[in-house]
Amino acid sequence: MADVQFLFREGEEAVSAPTVALSAFAEDTNATAVVIQPGEDARALIPHLDRLSLVEVTFPAFTDGRGFSSARILREAGYTGELRASGDIGVDMLSHLHRCGFDAIAPNAPLDLAQAETALKVWPQVYQATVVDGRKPIWALRHGL
Amino acid sequence: MYLYDHYDQAMVDARVAKFRDQTRRRIEGTLSEEKFRPLRLQNGLYLQLHAYMLRVAVPYGTLSGAQMKMLGDIADKYDRGYGHFTTRQNIQYNWIKLEDTPDILADLASVEMHAIQTSGNCIRNISADQYAGATADELIDPRPYAELLRQWSSFHPEFLALPRKFKICVIASDTDRAAMRLHDIGIQIVKNEAGEIGAAFYVGGGMGRTPFIAPLVKAFVPLDELITYSEACLRVYNRYGRRDNKYKARIKILVHELGVEEYSRQVEEEFAHLQTLAIEPPLAELERIKTFFADPAYEADLSDDLDLSNPAFAAWVKNNTAAHKTPGYAIVNISLKPIKVLADGTKEAGIPGDATGEQIRVMADLAKTYSFDELRVTHTQNIVLPHVRKADLFTVWEKLVAADLAEANLDKITDIIACPGLDYCTLANARSIPVAQKIAERMADKAEEIGELKLKISGCINACGHHHAGHIGILGVDRKGLENYQLLLGGCEGADTSLGKIIGPGFDEDGIVGAVEKATQVYLANKEGEERFLDTYRRIGMNPFKEAIYG
Repeated sequence: MADVQFLFREGEEAVSAPTVALSAFAEDTNATAVVIQPGEDARALIPHLDRLSLVEVTFPAFTDGRGFSSARILREAGYTGELRASGDIGVDMLSHLHRCGFDAIAPNAPLDLAQAETALKVWPQVYQATVVDGRKPIWALRHGL
Repeated sequence: MYLYDHYDQAMVDARVAKFRDQTRRRIEGTLSEEKFRPLRLQNGLYLQLHAYMLRVAVPYGTLSGAQMKMLGDIADKYDRGYGHFTTRQNIQYNWIKLEDTPDILADLASVEMHAIQTSGNCIRNISADQYAGATADELIDPRPYAELLRQWSSFHPEFLALPRKFKICVIASDTDRAAMRLHDIGIQIVKNEAGEIGAAFYVGGGMGRTPFIAPLVKAFVPLDELITYSEACLRVYNRYGRRDNKYKARIKILVHELGVEEYSRQVEEEFAHLQTLAIEPPLAELERIKTFFADPAYEADLSDDLDLSNPAFAAWVKNNTAAHKTPGYAIVNISLKPIKVLADGTKEAGIPGDATGEQIRVMADLAKTYSFDELRVTHTQNIVLPHVRKADLFTVWEKLVAADLAEANLDKITDIIACPGLDYCTLANARSIPVAQKIAERMADKAEEIGELKLKISGCINACGHHHAGHIGILGVDRKGLENYQLLLGGCEGADTSLGKIIGPGFDEDGIVGAVEKATQVYLANKEGEERFLDTYRRIGMNPFKEAIYG
């Protein structure tokens, strides 16, 4: 498993608890960390959010965007633990991952740090309220909301 | 016309800077073609047979004179002196150099334009009725809703790696001029029984290899829930659309496989959840956008009288202008399907949708002087001047004649939609452009007698040339290494949307031209009263055509 290269959790370290697959999670009542694959339903975790410290969402291929929805769904449900994106992650996905609620990134191949910094700052503002990224969308700024 | 504020401009400028950086990394070699591909695609840059192709977005098909002029200048500066208007109301340039694209995008950004999401597996440029704001038959101008959706869909972080591309269309007239029900989401702005304005959502239409007419998924979405409901539709698709087979990845397959009731149920569930999250812009934002689409300062009490003593002008007025909601004004259609008659009488048809840099600038000037500085691009690959005083029509026509832009063939058999085909496209199996030209040349003298006949040609099963929706459709296929053309009859993209049916075995290039001609002869022989080709076909069915063509 790849290491966490970017962590956006103030004052914390990446969670090191061993992860279990979603299918094993319900039975394993001691598990605090889980991995979900693109085809799995993130909502299955909603009853268990209080015992989770890490959810790892995999991106086996960067062209498969299901993990973006999984992340937002978990954050919308109130999950506050580490939300880690792992897999085939390129530098140009970083800001989108962050906007969908990921706060830890573990790319298969480490990314160039300078490029990553540029990529994370690319959008001065944003058009949508994803809610989970804490950013005010442009329409809110326009109308002083 | 919508004008950017500093937020919109900053977003587009940021995109240009980002793409400049990505292009630099690609040219340096630190970004592989595999990784660059989806990035350039989301910026409208394709690698085609001979060169890069850049597709520029024309949101809901609306342009100012200055924007149109820039499109002409780009054609001259970076391409080979022409551009190609597309069935998505966009323009594409076929001979682009990778290293030039950041500069082209910067030029576009200087006139509030971009190539954002004109390709790739994301929400594409939003299309709309080309007569929006000008026609009397609409409930309300649909473009403010399209602009609201444009902003929402631009760089939406959750929906940039969808199973497949996603096309949204917005109309507000029962006369559907934008093929609304052949989109992934077709939105019709409607009024409910209480007199409130809202949106009917049709989801899961599309052409391609498996065409579907979109079913109604929700009859009335209030205007202050448009974005929330759209987001619910997209989230269900992003999570459950098929990713195992790219030919089954469009939302039409998901809706078809789940059934419209089950898809609607899932969307409702997601919608109910998203309604709790305050992701909807306030109605004040819609009102702000609407102010940009207020009527221009029409002159009052203009006369509707026209001097039609010049027969060529009269023919053009009859075929290429449409009724405007304001007395004394007309909607002008500029055909980009010219047919030149040479000195020896032979005919030479142009490439459907192509215009030279100079022609594009002529149209830009006409818009500035005679149409409140506004133009539209139509999905039939023509251009519209939406608000022309009838008193100016003759002058406008004369200037169009001088620029070879006055072909009076709107919606006639020579007003052909054709994809770029094997002349340009890596996906194509057969050429489309030469077939379109040959048909136009053969049928030019009969076009007026035949009347309305929408002919559409695709060079492969992906159906970019809308062949399923043609009264006559032509599909180019590869048959044992040879180009072969199938003939379809009975498609229609209007309010009475229907899908064409293949008539029988395919033809070679000359054979398909002959088959089209025979089909028109069957129509003329069987036509009753004011019937169009499509009406006659629907009444008499396929058999008489089959007998004439294969008999």
